[in-house]
Amino acid sequence: MIGGMSHAEFVALGLPPLVAALLGALACALPGNFLLLRRQALIGDAISHVALPGIVLAFLLTGTISTWPMMLGAGVAALAAAAMIEAVRRLGRLEPGAAMGVVFTTLFAVGVVALELSSASSVHIDVEHALYGNLESVVWFEAEGWGSLLDPEALAAAPAQIWRMAGALALMALCARLFWKELALSAFDAGFAASVGARPRLAGAALTAATAVAAVAAFEAVGSVIVIAMFICPPAAARLMTDRLDAQVAWSLVFAVASAFFGWLLAGWGPGWLGYQGSVSAAGMIATVAGLIMFAACAVGPKRRGVAHP
Amino acid sequence: MDVALFLGALALSAGWNTALVTVGAALLGAAAGAAGAFLFLRRRALAADAAAHATLPGVALAFIAMVWMGGDGRWLPGLMLGSAASAALGLWAVEAIPRRTRLGEDAAIGGVLASFFGFGVVLLTVIQAMPGGRQAGLDGFLLGATAGMLQAEALTIASMGAALALATFALRRPMTLASFDPGYAAAVGVNVRAVDLAILALALAVTVTGLKVVGLILIVALLIIPPAAARFWTERVDLTALGAALIGAVSAWIGAALSAAIPGAPTGALVVLSAAALFTVSMLMAPKRGALAEALARRRLSRRVHRRQGLLALARGEAIHDRDSLRALRGEGLIGRDGAPTMAGRAAAAAALRDEARWALARADAPGAPGMEGLRPIAEAFTPDEIAAFDARLGALRLAP
Repeated sequence: MIGGMSHAEFVALGLPPLVAALLGALACALPGNFLLLRRQALIGDAISHVALPGIVLAFLLTGTISTWPMMLGAGVAALAAAAMIEAVRRLGRLEPGAAMGVVFTTLFAVGVVALELSSASSVHIDVEHALYGNLESVVWFEAEGWGSLLDPEALAAAPAQIWRMAGALALMALCARLFWKELALSAFDAGFAASVGARPRLAGAALTAATAVAAVAAFEAVGSVIVIAMFICPPAAARLMTDRLDAQVAWSLVFAVASAFFGWLLAGWGPGWLGYQGSVSAAGMIATVAGLIMFAACAVGPKRRGVAHP
Repeated sequence: MDVALFLGALALSAGWNTALVTVGAALLGAAAGAAGAFLFLRRRALAADAAAHATLPGVALAFIAMVWMGGDGRWLPGLMLGSAASAALGLWAVEAIPRRTRLGEDAAIGGVLASFFGFGVVLLTVIQAMPGGRQAGLDGFLLGATAGMLQAEALTIASMGAALALATFALRRPMTLASFDPGYAAAVGVNVRAVDLAILALALAVTVTGLKVVGLILIVALLIIPPAAARFWTERVDLTALGAALIGAVSAWIGAALSAAIPGAPTGALVVLSAAALFTVSMLMAPKRGALAEALARRRLSRRVHRRQGLLALARGEAIHDRDSLRALRGEGLIGRDGAPTMAGRAAAAAALRDEARWALARADAPGAPGMEGLRPIAEAFTPDEIAAFDARLGALRLAP
């Protein structure tokens, strides 16, 4: 027995949410490091707001919530948002922060109204799920026990969200490996990067695109709350632990895993330890733990003092 | 959508309760617009977003506390107090983290926003599991839900909205000074730090008031969009705040009326869409700063430049190849279809040549002075006596044959 469940039950019901959360956390924390250094931490917030209307649009057009239409819809929404921000900045001569604020909240409102009016809530999307995902519904029906992890047939029938996020994480890892130097240079000294032909603007655009991929891949399972938390909190905590970029990335991955694991644990079993029935929101708990780690780092992190990188 | 009901709600004739809710929403919108104008100027709008998301744990804890003490749990003033407390904590963290660590403000905002909100979500699920705690409509605090609002609640919101709008009005002078020129403000004795805190406190109070109307996720939109829209209509800070209050009020009014007519659609989203519509109209149509007006002004300037260049070319006997110049001259009948100057054209060319020569003298007399490009008639810049003096120095000018 594990945590009150039989082994078979655990592998089917308890393990998949954990794996989904771990993969999502890692896939978001990794690019989050570079976003943080480039002072673009709020892009994750932005993309999460914008993904909702994109997903609703995809649902309205295709009638399903399967992977590719959703990713496409979110991608289209992100591009539309970028274009709208640029238009508002040019035409309206607003500063970038204000332009972003106007566009994101408007698009989110469009998504909410479209959701309600189209009664898409009859299917599985609703605003709550957009916000805190649906980890509890990530189940692996075909699992029969630990042995299923080695069974190709059962694995093939594992929840789609997990495969999606595994793919996104693999992509993030590959990009980080291939473009490490460009990303590092562009984050720290864009001018120097440009002068040695490291194409900081391309690296920046690629980073934004990667962020969008990670966010959308994770969105449906873990919701925007975790996505934002994972883009920012583990990398921020890591930044206060070390001066070196490779160490920072490593720390951020450790913190991401810790947030996901302890969040999942506390959400599922915490109430039981306190003598209560049931469980609380896993997504919320993961974000909370991530935040606590970040606040702890702010209080006692070895490298916390100093001025923000300009 | 029930159009008749919408129009009735708009005209405040769809029932006492709906009217009260609509007026309350409008007062909140006014307060949000006015306070938001100063937030907007100080570029603190996103910090207000973090504070708004940070209200959720406070609301949930207040609910739990009130139920535990034997009450209903949904008593609005209690929930507002709880939300204010956790939002204040969140705001403190947003200020303290960049000050004391090497993280930037964006990281602080995002981190606070996500973690506080996440904790709030956890508490919501706790409430869900509480006996008799059927979440009791706390979901409505996310996106706003005016349907089923109690009269007492609507009155609370209306009076708070009015009070905050008045408070913003009362503090407008020091807030304007501190937003615009903190150095000067400090020099004349304004406590800039206190004013900053006041602006944030007002935004916090607006957020707390707006929880039930617009919801915490979208309240920031009501703080940002109206001032951004008002900005297109005026350069002055006090008028921006006034315009923002007006636009905020109208957006909330329309949104609340729509919400009465479309059951199921969250009020907050409808208010934000109304505000966005007003923003778009302002962006396109505002005189002087609107896109349309700017495009027209650009065309006018382009026309004037091409006209002058064309006339000068005529006067010097040069061929004109530029299509825009040709079009400008032809449009005024200064050249014929074949490109040869008409009588009017020759007169205008002579005048342009003389003016250009006068401007050249003026520029030589005052090198580096602004406004001497020669795009406006020289009579606008100098008196007849001064122009006569220029002419005396120039002598006779001749058009090229």
